[in-house]
Parts: sequence; structure tokens; C-alpha cells
Amino acid sequence: MSKTLLKVDGLKKYFPIRKGVLNKQVGDVKAVDDVSFEVFEGETLGIVGESGCGKSTTGRLLMRLLEPTEGKIEFAGKVISELSNNEMRKARRDIQMIFQDPYASLNPRHNIGKILEEPLIVHGMGNAKERKKKVLELLEIVGLNEYHVKRYPHQFSGGQRQRIGIARALMTNPRLIIADEPVSALDVSIQAQVLNLLQNLQKDLKLTYIFISHDLGVVRHISNRVGVMYLGKLVELTASEDLYAEPLHPYTQALLSSVPVPDPTFEREQLVISGDIPSASNPPSGCTFHTRCPFKKEECSQVVPKMQEVKPGHYVACHLYDANQHSMI
Amino acid sequence: MRKKLLEIKGLKTTFFTDDGQIPAVDDIDLSVHEGEILGIVGESGSGKSVTSLSIMGLIPSPPGKITGGEIRLDGKNLVTLSDKQMQKVRGKDVAMIFQEPMTSLNPLFTIGDQLKEAILIHNPKWSKKEAFARAVEIMKLVGLPRAEELLKDYPHQLSGGMRQRVMIAMALVCDPKVLIADEPTTALDVTIQAQILQLMKDLNKRLNTAVLLITHDLGVVAETCERVIVMYAGQIVEEAPIQEIFVNPKHPYTQGLIKSVPDMRYKKDNLYSIPGSVPKPGSIQVGCRFAARCEFAMERCIQETPPLYEAGEQHKSRCFLLEKQEVEQHVENFIES
Repeated sequence: MSKTLLKVDGLKKYFPIRKGVLNKQVGDVKAVDDVSFEVFEGETLGIVGESGCGKSTTGRLLMRLLEPTEGKIEFAGKVISELSNNEMRKARRDIQMIFQDPYASLNPRHNIGKILEEPLIVHGMGNAKERKKKVLELLEIVGLNEYHVKRYPHQFSGGQRQRIGIARALMTNPRLIIADEPVSALDVSIQAQVLNLLQNLQKDLKLTYIFISHDLGVVRHISNRVGVMYLGKLVELTASEDLYAEPLHPYTQALLSSVPVPDPTFEREQLVISGDIPSASNPPSGCTFHTRCPFKKEECSQVVPKMQEVKPGHYVACHLYDANQHSMI
Repeated sequence: MRKKLLEIKGLKTTFFTDDGQIPAVDDIDLSVHEGEILGIVGESGSGKSVTSLSIMGLIPSPPGKITGGEIRLDGKNLVTLSDKQMQKVRGKDVAMIFQEPMTSLNPLFTIGDQLKEAILIHNPKWSKKEAFARAVEIMKLVGLPRAEELLKDYPHQLSGGMRQRVMIAMALVCDPKVLIADEPTTALDVTIQAQILQLMKDLNKRLNTAVLLITHDLGVVAETCERVIVMYAGQIVEEAPIQEIFVNPKHPYTQGLIKSVPDMRYKKDNLYSIPGSVPKPGSIQVGCRFAARCEFAMERCIQETPPLYEAGEQHKSRCFLLEKQEVEQHVENFIES
């Protein structure tokens, strides 16, 4: 087993809901509620879930772009959740992020050269000449050219812009990259190009990825392990093959059976779950999925299920797999 | 063979801009049969949405204009209708649902008001009570619970999936013959998407409404459609029954597209990717529009525009390879890889 690079323990983020003239706090939106996991060096951990499940918030918390309400984040042996803002800024050299919308995450008034050089200036790396060399080097790595340096973001296509976003993330030689829906805004043919690029970079530069996406096909393709989130909680975490071959949590089963497969001959048992995702400001008691779960038991609405290792490396938070109960569905 | 309900011949929709004339849709032929679900797949800029807006007579003008061809609905040519005549067709004979249900519902009116408006416009003699009863009926048909109460709600009070159900209800309220669905599930989560697709399939069976489903998602097409049209840069590049297109795709673009989608069921080592990117609309005037990205491109592909060749039963493909009978070879390669 390879080394643990990132360890997250009991991570929580509650956004206060304020109301009235006095701005009194009337409740919380539990965007991320007690999430724990580890990321090993050199792997890709996929995080999937539907909108509002807290997957993007988790990504932002790891970089401390948002301050966690509670919980511990340990990166390469250092507890980064306790660092001061100043120290954290330095630590971000090793953790970089790629965003979903390549249109919104590049400054339209800066040319590509400047956009790419910026992280180096912020982190005080190299002199002007070295920085310039690094910019050209990375442009080449992501499949762009020297003459792109003087161009502005609007002169690029979506796929090219995402390449620039990737180059920018790589400028500081990070060890961990958090990619938040990096291919969701791209067309299928371009999506494949960017996914292949990410995979090749991982091989060449020994990167570790946290890959956040709502697209189960994409996550399956790129991840070694996958975590499934629902309403702020991690409900299942296991090796990518395991998850798709034998999903244990009813939500994962429903999610997988909902994905349209590009094969008209494919017949599957469809587990269409009814209803919508409940609001995170007023989540259901007990297991948050019990309102939509076809296998609901009495305790599900009362007791919050704990994450347990059901098989080696396969974690699930569901009462159906409680240790004292041997029968599994 | 079922009756042709909607028939488009040589449709050309051009946008007149400062950069010149841009043919967003160039010489499209297609027909939708009674009770079928026809899919149009394509990436952004392929002209799939412009095709649907042309049918509805909703091309923003200026800058857009239908510059050629005809759109026949039950024999009536929609292109020549006046705005007023078109208004009677729209919603009654052809209805449309859009991608983003929040922006297509008016936030200032209740669901009930908006549904009743659609009903009363096309049935001016109905009383408000009758309209209300019809609204309740149609809400139940699309699987919305507590219909009477929901009619008093405003769009923001509903979830995304419910809003899309309301949109479908609104589209179906006058029993249209053809329903155009432009990316109806793109903004929705997968579990909700599964519900909406199931609903559309059920309604298609029960009401026998023909559906023209426009999407970029090959998975959605595989699950819902009987026939598919693949569009690229304003043209139809391939048309085939659903089984055929996935098992035996003839156009290199379709082949590449199918290979580049990650499949959830098994892991491919390396994803195939089509090199380059979609050309800007109107930038290629002569030759095959896919030639620059095609691994089989020949000299001829750049000089001449290929016609749609017959490639089998109900199967057409716009590629010179079909003429040269080299197809078998390429298909073999495709299956092997």
C-alpha cells in the first residue's frame, strides 16, 4: 500500500442561515457533515454525487478556500487545518485546483503568459527568466504552443482553456490536484482529450488527484477509488471496480442504475428511486437517504449509520450492513 | 411503415452577422414518424438546437432567417406561415420543452396561471373552470403529486425535476402531435434524469405523441430513441436505427464519438479522443466538414462535399468511404480497437 498523502477526519462545514432584522441565526445548511477519508500517494480518488451533496464544498475545504467548521485535514504529515492564513498560502504550493468553468476561472484581462506566471510570483519561485521558461515548458506539456503566450482567454476554445487551467495548476509542481468537475463543461470529443491529458500527466509527474464529478462514467474511467456523497455525507467508499461491480449502499445502487448507458442492447435492473434530494438545511433524521430508500428499516429514520469496513477496503454507511446482522441483501 | 408526421426537406437556416453569413443549419432532411422517438445528437455548434428552433419558428430574426427548404407538418408548410398562423400551430401541433426549466417558466406567475394561459390561448371558448380541470388532469398525467396545491405555487418553490415535469405538462396540455425536447435532462441530476426519461417514454406510448429528442448524451439516446440522427457542423452526417448506430456506425465522426464516451460498465485503458475541435460555424464552405479531424481523410474530402450515401436499411452516412467500399475494413478495425 502506498503512503497516505491526505487524511481527512470528521470534516464539517455548516453555513449559517440568518433571518430577520437582527440577522439572527435560525439554522444551518449542513453542506459537509462529518466526512472522513484518506488519499494515497499517486492515486486518483473520485468523489461523485448529485448537486448539493457537498462534493465541491469538500474540495474547497481541503484547500481551505472555505474554512471548515470542524475537522482535521492532514497533508503530507502536516495538519493544514490549523495553519494560519499566511502559512496556508505557502502550503497551497503543493495543493492546486482545477475548476469546472474554464471561462470563469481565467482572468479575461491577462494574457496566458501572465496567467501562468502568476502562481510562481505568488510563491516567489524563480527569477523572471526561469519563470518564462517554466511557462513555455508547461504550455508544451499540456499541448499548447509558444505563440499562445501573448493571447487572451477569449481567443481559446473551451478545451484549450481547460488545458490552460491545468497548466496553471501545475506551475508550482504540486503533489495533489483537486479537480472540480474539470470536464463537465466540455463536449464529448474534447472531454476525452482532457481526460487523457490528465492521466498522462499523472503518470509522468507522479501526481495525486482528487477528482470531483457528477458523471459516473468519467469517474469510473479516471479513478482508482471512488467515494459517493449524499447530502453532505460520504455513504460509500471503495475501489472503483468494486463500486461498479458490487455497489452496497442503496443510494449507490440507484445512482448507478440511473446512468444512461451508450448501448441500446444493454438491459439492466433499474432501481428508479422516487422523490427529490431533501434540503440540506433540514436533512432527514437518522440516515439522510431513508426518505427515498427502498430498503428502509425502522432504525434508519432514528440512528445515523456509521461508516464501516464491510469488506477489505470497502466502506459503507448503511444499517443494512450492521456488524451484528449477518444477512446481507 | 408509419405515417410521416413531420418532414423537413433541405432546411437551411442562416445567421447574418458582422462576420458574414453563417449557415448554422445547412441542407437538413429529416422526418419524424407518428409515435416514434427520434434522437438528434451532436456537440455544441452542430446545429441541433437551431434545427428545433426552426421547426418552432423561433429563430431570432434578425440575425437569423430560414433561407431555404421546407418544414411540413401533416402536409402544411410551416416556413411559409405568417407569425399569427404560426402562433396557432405552436403549442397546439408542435410543442417544445427546453433545457433549463427555471428560465422557461415565468417567475412572477403561479404554475396554475401559466398552465391555464396555455390552455386558454388554444381553447378560447373554455371557461376558467374547465381550464383548471384540464390543468389538474395534465399535472397528474406527468406524475406530479398534490396537483391542486401545486398549481398555486410559484416556479421557485419547486425542485428542478418537478419544474421539468411542469414544462412537460405545459407542452402536452393541448395534445400536440410532435413534442420537441431540447436537452430536457441536461440540467438535472442522474436520478432525476432517469425519472424524466421514463416519464417521456411512458407518455410517448400512452399518448402516441411523436418526440424529437435533442441531446449531446449518447447514453440518453441509447435508452430512449428508436432512430438517431448525428449532426456535425450544421449537417447531418449519419442517420440510422438505434441498434445500427451503436453496433455498426459508418461515419468516422460517429465512430469516434462512440469510442470517446467513458462507459461505466468497464474501464478502458485509454480513452479514444478525436483530435482537434469543432470548427467554427461557417468556417468550412467546401469539402467534408469533419475532414480536418478525420483519420481517414483523403485528398478528395477537402475538395468535395460528400453526399449522404445509403449505408444499409434506413441507414445513411455522409462519407466518401462508403463509395469506395472500404467500409468493411474500417469497421473491422473499429471493432478490434
